Amino acid sequence: MTRVFHLAANTAVMATTSKMTSTNYWDHFVARMGVRRGDHRVTPGLYKLGSPSTDSPVFVTANYSLSFDALRTSLRGLNAYILVLDTKGVNVWCAAGKRTFGTRELIRRIKAVNLNNVVSHRRLILPQLGAPGIAAHEIKNQTGFLVEYGPVRAADLPEYLTNHRATPEMRLVKFPLHDRFVLIPVELTAIWLPGLIAIGLGYIIGNLPYALAVLTVILGGTTFFPILLPWLPSKDFSTKGAFLGLVAALPFVFSVFLQHADWSWYHQAGQMLGYLLAMPSSIAYISLNFTGSTTFTSRTGVRKEIFAYIRPMAVSFAIGLVLLLVFAFVK
Amino acid sequence: MFNSYLENTLVLDAQLCTGCTLCVTVCPHQVFAITDHKARIINPTNCMECGACQVNCAAGAITVTSGVGCASAMINAALTGKKEVACGCC
Ligand code: SF4
Ligand code: SF4
Repeated sequence: MTRVFHLAANTAVMATTSKMTSTNYWDHFVARMGVRRGDHRVTPGLYKLGSPSTDSPVFVTANYSLSFDALRTSLRGLNAYILVLDTKGVNVWCAAGKRTFGTRELIRRIKAVNLNNVVSHRRLILPQLGAPGIAAHEIKNQTGFLVEYGPVRAADLPEYLTNHRATPEMRLVKFPLHDRFVLIPVELTAIWLPGLIAIGLGYIIGNLPYALAVLTVILGGTTFFPILLPWLPSKDFSTKGAFLGLVAALPFVFSVFLQHADWSWYHQAGQMLGYLLAMPSSIAYISLNFTGSTTFTSRTGVRKEIFAYIRPMAVSFAIGLVLLLVFAFVK
Repeated sequence: MFNSYLENTLVLDAQLCTGCTLCVTVCPHQVFAITDHKARIINPTNCMECGACQVNCAAGAITVTSGVGCASAMINAALTGKKEVACGCC
C-alpha cells in the first residue's frame, strides 16, 4: 500500500494487497472505539490489487480505511483495480448521503487517474450503498463508464462476481445484532466523561441509589437500547426507549418502597415519582438520538417523532429531576 | 399508535417510468418491484428516504426528499419553536 510508481503523467497507481496487517487491525479497533474519527483514511486514487491487466474489473470505494479494507480483503486472489474516492475519511453510506461519495467526485477521480487508458473496458463496480450519491446515467454521459451496483456488503462480492447478479438478500440493508453492537463503544466513548460527572453528582446528592440511577440511564440508553431494539414494543424509538426506561426505573421504585418503610409517605411517593418521570424520559431521549445511526428511519418519520415527543420528554424529565432533588433533602 | 414512520415523501410517477429496473437495484429496503415493465411501489412504509432511487432514475419518475435536516437541528427546532437550521453533522 506504500509503493507508488508512475504510469503516465498525472496518474500514480498505488499497490495494495488483500492482507490485513497488525497496523490495520489496530486502526480498525481504534475506529470502532470511536476515537480519532475522520482519522482513518486511505490516500484517494487508483490502487492495483494483484497484477491487473487492461481487462481487470474496477471497484470503487470510499477513503475510510474500514470501507477500503472490507473491499480489498473480500477480493482475495483477484487481480483488480480499486478506485478510492476522497470522502474525507467517511464510510460509503454516510458519504453518499453527504454526496462526497458523489457523482462529481467520481467523474473527477476517473479523469485524474486516466482510467480510460488504464483499462480497455468501460465498467465500474460500486457498492450499492453508494447509490444515493451517484447518478449512474451522469457518469455514463460524462465519462463513458457504466456503473454497476454490487451488493450491499463487500463480503458478498465473491458470490456476486460469479455472475454479476445480486440476490434480493444481497440488496437488503439489515440491522443485525452485530451492527447494533458495534455502535455501543462509539456511544460510550462519546459520553463517558459527562456520564462520570453525572454519576458523581448523583452520588453526592442521593448516595448510591441516585448514582446507580444515572448509571442505569447511561447503560440503558447506550447499551441495552441498541441490543434490545427489535424486541422493544412500538415502532417509534422514543416510545421504545420510554418503555425500556420504565422497566429500568421499577427496581428503584420498589427499593424506595421496600427499603425505606420508615420514610414519610410523601418522601417515598416523591422519590418514586421522580424515578418514574426522570428515567424513562432520559432513556427515551438517548434512544431518539439513535435514529441517526440506523439504516431504516426516514427523515419524515424522525421529524414527526421529534415534534411529537420532545416537549413531553423535557417536561417529564424536568419534573422528575426536581422531585429527585427535593426529596433527596426533604425528609 | 406510536408509529411515526407510516408516511414519507416518496412519490413515483409511473407514466414517466421506462422500466430500467435501476430503482429496484439500488433500493436497500425493497420498496420497488417491476411488473409489466413498469416500476411499482410495493413496500411504501419501508422507505427511509435515502434518495438512491431518485438520483439514479434517469427518467425522473421518482421524487423523494432526502438528507435535509439532522436530528439535533430538529430537536432544537421542536424545543424552541424556532425554525430548523441546517447543521454540519451526518
Ligand atoms: S429507475 Fe425510474 S425509470 Fe427505472 S424502473 Fe425505476 S422508476 Fe422506472
Ligand atoms: S429513497 Fe431509498 S429507501 Fe426510499 S425507495 Fe428510494 S431507494 Fe428505497
